[in-house]
Amino acid sequence: MNAVDQTDVRRLAATIRAHALRMVHRANASHIGTCLSMADLLAVLYGKILRLDPARPDWPERDRFILSKGHGAAILYAVLAERGFFPVQWLDAYCQDGTVLGGHVMRDGVPGVEAATGSLGHGLPLGCGMALAGHRTAKSYRVFVLLSDGECDEGSTWEAALFAPHHRLDNLVAIVDYNKIQSFGSVKEVLNLDPFAEKWRAFGWAVREIDGHDCAQIEATLQAVPLTPNKPTVIIAHTIKGKGVSFMENMLAWHYHSPNKEQLAQALAEVEGRQ
Amino acid sequence: MRTAFIEALCELAARDERVWLLTGDLGFSVLERFAERFPDRYVNVGVAEQNMTGIAAGLAMSGKTVFTYSIANFPTLRCLEQIRNDVCNHNANVKIVAVGGGLAYGPAGYTHHAVEDLAIMRALPNMVVVAPGDPVEARLATRAIAEHQGPCYLRLGKSHEPVVHKQPPSFSLGRAIRLRDGGDATLISTGGILPVAVEVVDLLARTGIQIRLLSMPTLVPFDVDAVEASARETGAVFTLEEHRLVGGLGSAVAETLAEMGSRAPLHRLAVRDENLHAVGSQDYLRQQSGLTASQIGETIGRMLRNRKNPSRS
Repeated sequence: MNAVDQTDVRRLAATIRAHALRMVHRANASHIGTCLSMADLLAVLYGKILRLDPARPDWPERDRFILSKGHGAAILYAVLAERGFFPVQWLDAYCQDGTVLGGHVMRDGVPGVEAATGSLGHGLPLGCGMALAGHRTAKSYRVFVLLSDGECDEGSTWEAALFAPHHRLDNLVAIVDYNKIQSFGSVKEVLNLDPFAEKWRAFGWAVREIDGHDCAQIEATLQAVPLTPNKPTVIIAHTIKGKGVSFMENMLAWHYHSPNKEQLAQALAEVEGRQ
Repeated sequence: MRTAFIEALCELAARDERVWLLTGDLGFSVLERFAERFPDRYVNVGVAEQNMTGIAAGLAMSGKTVFTYSIANFPTLRCLEQIRNDVCNHNANVKIVAVGGGLAYGPAGYTHHAVEDLAIMRALPNMVVVAPGDPVEARLATRAIAEHQGPCYLRLGKSHEPVVHKQPPSFSLGRAIRLRDGGDATLISTGGILPVAVEVVDLLARTGIQIRLLSMPTLVPFDVDAVEASARETGAVFTLEEHRLVGGLGSAVAETLAEMGSRAPLHRLAVRDENLHAVGSQDYLRQQSGLTASQIGETIGRMLRNRKNPSRS
């Protein structure tokens, strides 16, 4: 990996942050905080890691990516558009009447989306199924599932967490966007996940904790999967909700609010490095 | 029925390597024959139906034809949102199989009685809903849902149900099967209570009441034509199911008759709410809800007599 590559990834992260800000502003939509917290993870995944062919979204050998935290749809659409799955102009129509880009991840008519999500706790079981299909038929594709910390409250997440190590699904990678703020408060206040890494380890996963905004560290970790042969990998990415916009960082309110015109201008200036 | 199902599934799996079977840790002495022949396409996911259904969707989205198997409400209601969002929303090729439809688990109690499943499965988009009436229909239904591309729900009885069809009938999804003909009324039955329906019709025939009998193994898609013709040609319709009154066969027939503007009377025979917590065998539970052959025969006979001679009612 060279410096130019890293610059490209950081530029992609800034670009999709800006797209997401404009999209939620235009649609008066929620969930900008969660979009910003996973921007760097998505930029590395789609910029460096996932084996994809935007011209052939159904290519059987492609890596699968499932955004289990489907409320972060805006920035997924943004990175898919930047990777060439569909025109960037589509992003203007996010959440607009009669279009295909809904407020939670939709698959119909959206090239590159692997699974529709929105209700939490669905992604890891889906990913287990895709990984099991690949594992049992000796396919080389990998399955990446990006989870929120909040959806680690869901029992179905832990059903899948039991399943994947039992079946030695080392082609499965879970990434937790651990921004430590869920819908109604901090994770510690609502339903404490600690000791989080130890839980996954006890379930039989290979675990790595990283800075979810350090693109070089994200890439180095994802390049190294599976971290242990015959084990699924979970990457606990420590992140900051609202990352990149000073007045949104670590603020619960930005799970809900949409930036107004002035806030958008300020936010864009920050993520685009003009300030 | 479960034996007919697993035999049919093994035949399908032998011909088509896309066929998989997942179980939520149930099916002892039933599923082993599949597991032994096709170990690479069999998974006991453990007691985790939400995960089972998500995995099934993930496998189906990777090109497999996936059957999920468990008892009564476990493969349906326990994981309803996975069925809705992961299976139906993606039109994934998943076949949900519940053994113990209706009251088949008898004394096991209400947790093991599937008496709301048809209503709930009927309400889901893309879902084909099938409740075969005997082992012959179960075998044919298994083949039919495997051929159908998309989500299906197969509601089986349990074991040792009598064979109704001496010869395999012509079977296709969305088509009623006519078992008896008669001009006084029509009895439509779905699911494992079909042998009772046959008994009722034969019993009434001996008293001079001639009933058309339709087995309705498919609730979605629904054979609207057969219902319309029955109402028009026989003048009265009775429905029979091991299910609560809400949302099952009786509701589907009522919707059809209302939309066609039929004036034919409809009477729905179903499990009564006051008996949901009763304890006893399947036969006892049927009797509590008035669903034995003699009780149903008496009900139908009385209603038809009253209809002909209202002053005596």
